[in-house]
Amino acid sequence: MSQIVPIGPYHPLLEEPEFFTLKVEGERVVDMDVRIGYNHRGIEKLAESKTWDQDTFLVERVCGICSTSHPIAYVNAVEDLLELEIPERAKYIRSVVAEMERLHSHLLWVGLAGHFIGYNTIFMWAWKYREPVLEIFERITGNRNHYAMIRIGGVRKDILKEDIPDFLKAMDELAKKNEMLTKAVIDDPVLHARLKGVGVLSKKDAVEYGVLGPTARGSGYDIDVRRDAPYAAYDLVDWQVITFQEGDVFAKAAVRLLENAESIKIIKQCLERLKELPEGDFFVPVEEIPVGEGIGHGEAPRGEVFHYVRSDGSNCPIRHKIRAPTFQNLPSFKASCIGETIADVALITAAIDPCYCCTERMVAVDVDSGKRLFNGQDLVRLCQEKTERIRDKMKG
Amino acid sequence: MALKNWALKKSPWIFHLCTGSCNNCDIELLECLTPRYDVERFGILLVGSVRHADALIVTGALTRQCVPRLKELYDQMPKPGLVIALGQCACSCSIFKGSYNIVGPIDKIVPVDVYIPGCPPKPEAMISGIVKALGKL
Repeated sequence: MSQIVPIGPYHPLLEEPEFFTLKVEGERVVDMDVRIGYNHRGIEKLAESKTWDQDTFLVERVCGICSTSHPIAYVNAVEDLLELEIPERAKYIRSVVAEMERLHSHLLWVGLAGHFIGYNTIFMWAWKYREPVLEIFERITGNRNHYAMIRIGGVRKDILKEDIPDFLKAMDELAKKNEMLTKAVIDDPVLHARLKGVGVLSKKDAVEYGVLGPTARGSGYDIDVRRDAPYAAYDLVDWQVITFQEGDVFAKAAVRLLENAESIKIIKQCLERLKELPEGDFFVPVEEIPVGEGIGHGEAPRGEVFHYVRSDGSNCPIRHKIRAPTFQNLPSFKASCIGETIADVALITAAIDPCYCCTERMVAVDVDSGKRLFNGQDLVRLCQEKTERIRDKMKG
Repeated sequence: MALKNWALKKSPWIFHLCTGSCNNCDIELLECLTPRYDVERFGILLVGSVRHADALIVTGALTRQCVPRLKELYDQMPKPGLVIALGQCACSCSIFKGSYNIVGPIDKIVPVDVYIPGCPPKPEAMISGIVKALGKL
């Protein structure tokens, strides 16, 4: 006999409100569902009421952890519309900020994952090593999170030459600590026993669910926007995409830890290049946004962020579409959680590094009948009816 | 009442409630528990149930779905209890003002004792806010 275990919406395990229902038979999970929508703030609609420049700061607040990836994808979209080439210095600064964000996000995840499996030492270590990254952020951008660093046509602030040696030194120290942390996780026999073979997402499933970022790369699905469609300075520096074939939680953790080392490599190369480039040339002024549409990508710590904007020539976009990586990654729990024990579910869902505030969507529901308004068929029907009306008008 | 307040001041236990924030205030709040700031030194502890909590920390701009939940959790909190609005969204809705799904700020629904503005507030600001809240007792 199966039973239902509800988790959430407010649960000590969950940072954000979301509601999981687990259908269990004994210890085994036979089905699982998630309900989101507690965090829906209507950002796409709000974006239409704000100006192009304000939108950079609005999309930053889609998610507090990927708060550079969203603006980068957004300005990529606008720059695609404008067909604008940004200065080289701005490209390097964008890469530095984006990679620092990946560092702090992956360290944060490693810490939380350690907490979930009862390794609070890893939690405390990872969060301790994350602090220097936030300190550098504060020195570069003026804030620990929500950096407001990106603007259309470049970046908002320059990285000063006299600060660069300090940052390089901090990166060297972080590289040592990250190596220690990586070894502590990858060489630990208990973690091997605990994480290997848990929540396996096969490559076939990864492709079918269309997962992104470290979740995909942990399953041997070799995609990375930074390499496949380079933006910022990723085609100007030397780095590697990390992939693992196993698809279990251990592989996902290993991908993230090794990616940290790659991020440090990218940041150091970018900072070295910034030393040589002339200071001050870090944006091109943008006066007007012409009529048109543009798309932009960015590789957030969790996977690809996609933004679409359409302009009618006014000072606000008339459509702004956002797709965040967790929206793609989350449904993969249907493939990875079912059949596992209930003790592993929290870990497996945490392994995709879910970010529910990015994922929130809204549906209109008729309260009386409980039916969804405007599902796919309804939209097709409405569309056909409009054609009918136009046809009738033309006849009449 | 004096005894209750004395007990409350000694070691405030905190329940964290996210009502539609962007995750950032929540992460910075968690940051307070980690080695750099380590508020557990002072007996400040995050608890899993609001029934055990002395203070309710609310983040986020309060979405429609969260209104009944916020009310319910406030009613479940043992009184006297503090309500702390953490972050610009909880204080004033910030950039999300005017959205179709936002009801907040939270002081429309529950009485707030201390506002900690900032996007996100620094951990130092959070600690200072909590200390000020305790000073009010």
